[in-house]
Amino acid sequence: MNFTFNDDQLLFRDSVRDLLSNEVTAERIRQRWDSDSGVDSAALQSLVDLGLTAALVPEEQGGLGLNTVDFILIAEECGRAALPEPIVDSCLVATPMLVDADRALEGSDSRLGELLQAIASGDQTVLCGPSINPYINFAHSADYLLLPHGNEVHLVAIDAVQLELQTSVDLSRRLSKVSWQPRSETCIARGEMGADLWRSTLNRGALANAAQLLGLSEAMVARSVQFATDREQFGRPIGVNQAVKHLLADCAVKAEFAKPAIYRAAYTVAVAPTRADWSVSHAKASAGDAARAASRNCTQVHGAMGYTWECDLHIWMKRAWTLDREWGDAGFHKNRIHEWLLQPNALLGPQYTFGRRHLGDAVNPTIAV
Amino acid sequence: MDLIYTAAQTQFRAEVRDWLKAHIPAAPLPSFDTDVGFAAHREWEKTLAQGDFGMVTWPKEFGGRGCDLIDWLIFEEEYYRAGAPLRVNQNGIFLLGPTLMEYGTPAQKKRFISAMASGSEMWAQGWSEPGAGSDMAAIRCRADRDGDEFVINGQKIWSTRAVFADWVFCLLRTDPESSRHHGLSFILVPLDAPGVTVRPIPQLNGLPGFAEIFFDDVRVSDFNLIGEEGGGWAIAMATAGFERGLMLRSPARFQQASKRLVELYRQRQNDILDLSIEDSVVRCYMDAEAYALSTYQTASRLINNGAIGPESSCNKIFWSELDLSIHETAMSLLGAKAEIEPSSPDADQQLSNWLDGFLFAQSGPIYAGTNEIQRNIIAERMLGMPRR
Ligand SMILES: Cc1cc2nc3c(=O)[nH]c(=O)nc-3n(C[C@H](O)[C@H](O)[C@H](O)COP(=O)(O)OP(=O)(O)OC[C@H]3O[C@@H](n4cnc5c(N)ncnc54)[C@H](O)[C@@H]3O)c2cc1C
Repeated sequence: MNFTFNDDQLLFRDSVRDLLSNEVTAERIRQRWDSDSGVDSAALQSLVDLGLTAALVPEEQGGLGLNTVDFILIAEECGRAALPEPIVDSCLVATPMLVDADRALEGSDSRLGELLQAIASGDQTVLCGPSINPYINFAHSADYLLLPHGNEVHLVAIDAVQLELQTSVDLSRRLSKVSWQPRSETCIARGEMGADLWRSTLNRGALANAAQLLGLSEAMVARSVQFATDREQFGRPIGVNQAVKHLLADCAVKAEFAKPAIYRAAYTVAVAPTRADWSVSHAKASAGDAARAASRNCTQVHGAMGYTWECDLHIWMKRAWTLDREWGDAGFHKNRIHEWLLQPNALLGPQYTFGRRHLGDAVNPTIAV
Repeated sequence: MDLIYTAAQTQFRAEVRDWLKAHIPAAPLPSFDTDVGFAAHREWEKTLAQGDFGMVTWPKEFGGRGCDLIDWLIFEEEYYRAGAPLRVNQNGIFLLGPTLMEYGTPAQKKRFISAMASGSEMWAQGWSEPGAGSDMAAIRCRADRDGDEFVINGQKIWSTRAVFADWVFCLLRTDPESSRHHGLSFILVPLDAPGVTVRPIPQLNGLPGFAEIFFDDVRVSDFNLIGEEGGGWAIAMATAGFERGLMLRSPARFQQASKRLVELYRQRQNDILDLSIEDSVVRCYMDAEAYALSTYQTASRLINNGAIGPESSCNKIFWSELDLSIHETAMSLLGAKAEIEPSSPDADQQLSNWLDGFLFAQSGPIYAGTNEIQRNIIAERMLGMPRR
């Protein structure tokens, strides 16, 4: 039992954080808003160079062979920076889906292995569009999409789909509604295998958003602390007032307790992604809660400035609003927990925080590990 | 990161579980805020000590097992799962014990820790005064040096379980010229010393759960001074750190309560309920888990030579508000029957437990540093907001 990150994981996190704080500034995010693609290729390339796209690709396919736990802090950093490019969606969600499919097929579909190599080197991008999300963010920038048809998983080239662009309240996002025709040659999995892949993918997507929401919350609070220190009223910084302090302290408490839920979910997803529903829903619901509180309270701390287009706060706030609803909103995730709590055989109580392995019983079918 | 217990940890859990099964009193003990209940809980502390389960994290020489914090969490999980009696000596074992380990001389450790661990000496905490609540640095109760003794005069208040305890650990002003957090000392005082008067204060449930303590020329040996004379503030802050940080409220307590809440909810699920209940039940369960996970994280960090950071000030707010939510939700589920006192013909153990817990939950946001003070600490020390 050791609920900490190792030095390598922390080092990876630090280097991504450094890079993002230099390369992904509010100013450069705003520049993306005026471009068609919405992508800053220089920033994207430096993330590829750092190994993000290779991270979760197996070593045999030219990747780093890392897992969800290794990447979870990276996702948090992408949230902290309000990174517009869908790095987390592709690296932490679509890539592992392909890896899982390739494993389940025992490498029999050579397209998958080749694609994973191209993903690792940053040459190609894959995104997925599960039925729970009405749109795919940055679909136009992907080479392939993973799309559902019932339980089937289809790997569809981007030129075989029609995209209808939608404008998000968060101008950093580039949403598309996707129209496409399922064909037998695009189908890479079906039946139980397909259902498992989608189930894991939903969990990974929700986890990816939870981690980003945490980073977003902390970033909003940090900006607001700075603002409350600099801005003076009545001859002293507004931050000396308890009413202001307590708004931000409340956000800190929520974020602090979303953290370990996210890390446990990352671990559970790494070990048994189809059995991570409970822990992932906990992570997503609590991270969403933290991010909604931060969005509201941080706007309040900024006064009228927080209501302007000019103030950068809304870059983070709008992202928080959107990620909170994508991959299942609070209602979806709390309902999953609610359903589980009502199951007569749900394992409740202090001895089951990490499942029931420790009692030498079979692995808990719901929580895993 | 490895979230699987080792074979040794699993073995330890089984040992704790078996031992508790064999030793837990058959019927729940009466409240420890009564004469009889206190005596029964003291007996239970002795039983725990005989099984070497008094304080598993303490070194063997002090009656512990030298366990690490993960083992402590496992012990607590099994303890609450089994419904074992509350720890009547928590002031001693969770607050003073760790303080003595860190700041006591070998002789002081020898004198006080084992007696505490064995259940023979029960402790109260004497910090608050009528004029020094949140503003603890306003302490006025004096201890004047006289040779190798201190002469204590003044008053303490809100001292939990002082009515039945044997000793109180105090923060006293040893330098009459000093002000604020200077000139305070950490001194241990026997409650049966001549000149000590303990006046019970009934709490919301009518029982004397805390007390006022009056000191009238009370003499104690300077052997009872912990740390430097005048250096009490720093020691008290370290003690408060244990209190807020990790030990005082182990997560298992809330996980067990939220499990009972889910069970209660299942019983009432087909009744017409307040619309917010579904959400509250889910939240309570999630938050109890989150608190447990957070504690495992801190425990792991400490085991790997990390430190408790300023973010630990978030703990107290989180568990005290969680405890309130759990009990408020349970009260809603119980509806108009929730008000029934244990002495009523209609009362049963379930109703009584919830009502008792609900009353006690009202105090969580107040003791151990009010939640407003905690929010100030979070804002200033964790987030770095300006003080003035
Ligand atoms: C059940 C229980 C057990 C206790 N056990 C012990 C014990 O064993 N030993 C012991 O020494 N003490 C004990 N206490 C006392 C406890 O530590 C104090 O109650 C606490 O520190 C608050 O002090 P106070 O009650 O004087 O409230 P006050 O300090 O008068 O505060 C009243 C209200 O004003 C708010 N307030 C005060 N100052 C500020 C500020 N600067 N900013 C914002 N808000 C502020 C508080 O948050 C609170 O809401 C216990 C209390 C309770 C309820």
